[in-house]
Amino acid sequence: MLKILKYSFFDLIRSKWSYVYFFFYLVISSSLLYLSGDVSKVIISLMNIILILVPLIASIFGVMYYYNSREFTELLLAQPIKRTNIFLGQYIGLAVSLSSSLLFGLGIPFLVFGIFRSAEIWNFIILIVTGVFLTFIFSAISFLVALKNENRLKGFGIVIFLWMFMAIIYDGLFLLSLIVFKEYPLETISLTLSMLNPIDLSRILILLKLDISALMGYTGAVFRKFFGTNTGSLLSTLILIMWTVLPVWAIVRVSNRKNF
Amino acid sequence: MNRPKGHCDDSCFQMGLLLLMTFYSFFCAAGTVKVDQNGKVKTIHEALVMTSPGDTVMVFGGNYSEGTILIDKPLTLIGIDRPIIDGHDRESDIIIIASDSVTIDGFTIQNAGTSYIKDLAGIRVRRKNSFVIRNNHLINTMFGIYLEKANDGKIVDNQVIGQAIEEVSSGNGIHAWYCKNLFISGNTIESHRDGIYFEFVESSQLKDNISRNNLRYGLHFMFSNNDEYTNNLFEKNGAGVAVMFSKNINMYHNTFTNNWGSASYGLLLKEIYDASIERNIFDGNTMGIKVDGSTRVTYHNNSFENNGWAIKFVGGSYDNKINNNNFISNSFDLVLESARNNNTIDGNYWSSYTGYDLDKNGIGDIPFRPVKLFSYIVSRTPESMVLLRSLFIDIIDFSEKVRPMFTPENVMDHAPLMNKVVY
Repeated sequence: MLKILKYSFFDLIRSKWSYVYFFFYLVISSSLLYLSGDVSKVIISLMNIILILVPLIASIFGVMYYYNSREFTELLLAQPIKRTNIFLGQYIGLAVSLSSSLLFGLGIPFLVFGIFRSAEIWNFIILIVTGVFLTFIFSAISFLVALKNENRLKGFGIVIFLWMFMAIIYDGLFLLSLIVFKEYPLETISLTLSMLNPIDLSRILILLKLDISALMGYTGAVFRKFFGTNTGSLLSTLILIMWTVLPVWAIVRVSNRKNF
Repeated sequence: MNRPKGHCDDSCFQMGLLLLMTFYSFFCAAGTVKVDQNGKVKTIHEALVMTSPGDTVMVFGGNYSEGTILIDKPLTLIGIDRPIIDGHDRESDIIIIASDSVTIDGFTIQNAGTSYIKDLAGIRVRRKNSFVIRNNHLINTMFGIYLEKANDGKIVDNQVIGQAIEEVSSGNGIHAWYCKNLFISGNTIESHRDGIYFEFVESSQLKDNISRNNLRYGLHFMFSNNDEYTNNLFEKNGAGVAVMFSKNINMYHNTFTNNWGSASYGLLLKEIYDASIERNIFDGNTMGIKVDGSTRVTYHNNSFENNGWAIKFVGGSYDNKINNNNFISNSFDLVLESARNNNTIDGNYWSSYTGYDLDKNGIGDIPFRPVKLFSYIVSRTPESMVLLRSLFIDIIDFSEKVRPMFTPENVMDHAPLMNKVVY
């Protein structure tokens, strides 16, 4: 598995899209830091970008990579290698190369700016960690979708829809349900609903760390009480891990049964 | 013929009185009593018995704990090397001023105790005028300085430090009830219920004070008219300043910062008429100004930065003028619900303004609507605040901006500025 992981990782790292992705983050974060100079504000702006772009790029890249390397995969399948190893190796190679673009693209400007001497270091780490988690989650989902659909167009369509659902439609339905049921106590429901979507969960984790919580009034107090405790952060980490592990497990299952 | 004579009599009498007073001040009022724990007069009580009106009592360094000190003639008490007057938590007032023209200068006054029945005070002034309380440290005195129907007083350069943990068992730093012409300046007030509390206080001035870490308000006006506060700093209080049921209050050059919490404000206005709020800085508060009923109030040249809400109006507010302010990086700039209003909000700088200025006159060519759809939703279902900064919210805010349907259509800045207001 390591060999395949290494192969896909270096294959992707050499592709120009990885560089584009890396330079995009490099330029964005360094120009934001240069223009504003306030680390906490830059983290908020980057959060907006990361929460939208990371899932989108991971999804599209995942699907694209799977379909492009299909012939190579078939070649590998003819060899005496376990199927699990092939697909997991490819998936992890993809996710690691995307995350390293993110990590270095954001990390280098912040390092130059002196993040280690700043009080915002933990907020920055949370931003990076949620970004990496989102990469792993959405590339796993897209890999799974591609694995299940031979038709490329259909695969792309489903992945784009899933991204739109998680990033936009989910929040719309969320808001609608809050407005419709506003006569009832909604704290627990909104807590649960926001934990179920990895994008929302990441957003709230970052916002709460940056102390916007105070303006949420009573709801914010409920949220801060939950996410501020060890159980809360443990639970949210667990949910992010579950969001990663479940699609990966499905990849293993589907790939073992699939006819090529 | 009688009149000039009478006049002469009067002036003669006045001359005599003046002469008498000069003599008096030369020979009697200059009388100074020294209190020193190693000297002849060892306690302040002894000294108070020996003095006659107008004398000066000099108290040298040391620890004096002699129960309540009642000053019932015009005296000047000066502490040298900061003597400590300790109440030892005996649940009684420490100094009571019961005469006009008393000056207290340079003491540390501490430990009045805690009572749930009585309002204990470090220095209490009861129905007397023209007092001066200067350069004292009041530490852990439930109420620091307590004024009842006391006029024409000066409270200058004191430090009033409390240990308030909850509202019911704590007092106010400077508490004024039915007073006139107070001048309160250069004081630092920390950890009380209210930093400074004004109830029925008229024509008074607050300047250069610092009020921080108070449980409820940094400064609190109730039913107080014609007052002015300038150049003060309000930091990390439950709410910076609350002005309630008052008229003609001028608020200039103050700084309201870091009043964070689920129910915190920089400035809270409740039923205010004819006030003016100018050149203040609101930075990093949950709400910059919360307005619950304000009429004929001018908001000019203020700076709102990094607040959750810059200004939030609830309830009816009429004839307010919000001009030439800077609104920079607030989550919500303005919430104003009523559709019918004659408030003007023209000529401000909004950092979220995205319009253009083709004729280069510094004024944006298209009007700006500061009320966002999301702020409208949040004020109806507060739980939806959870969705702050999500992409969906940005999309609906944008579509509402293009064609307003829910937010009041006539609330807009007709002449938004392209650059920050400099003043």
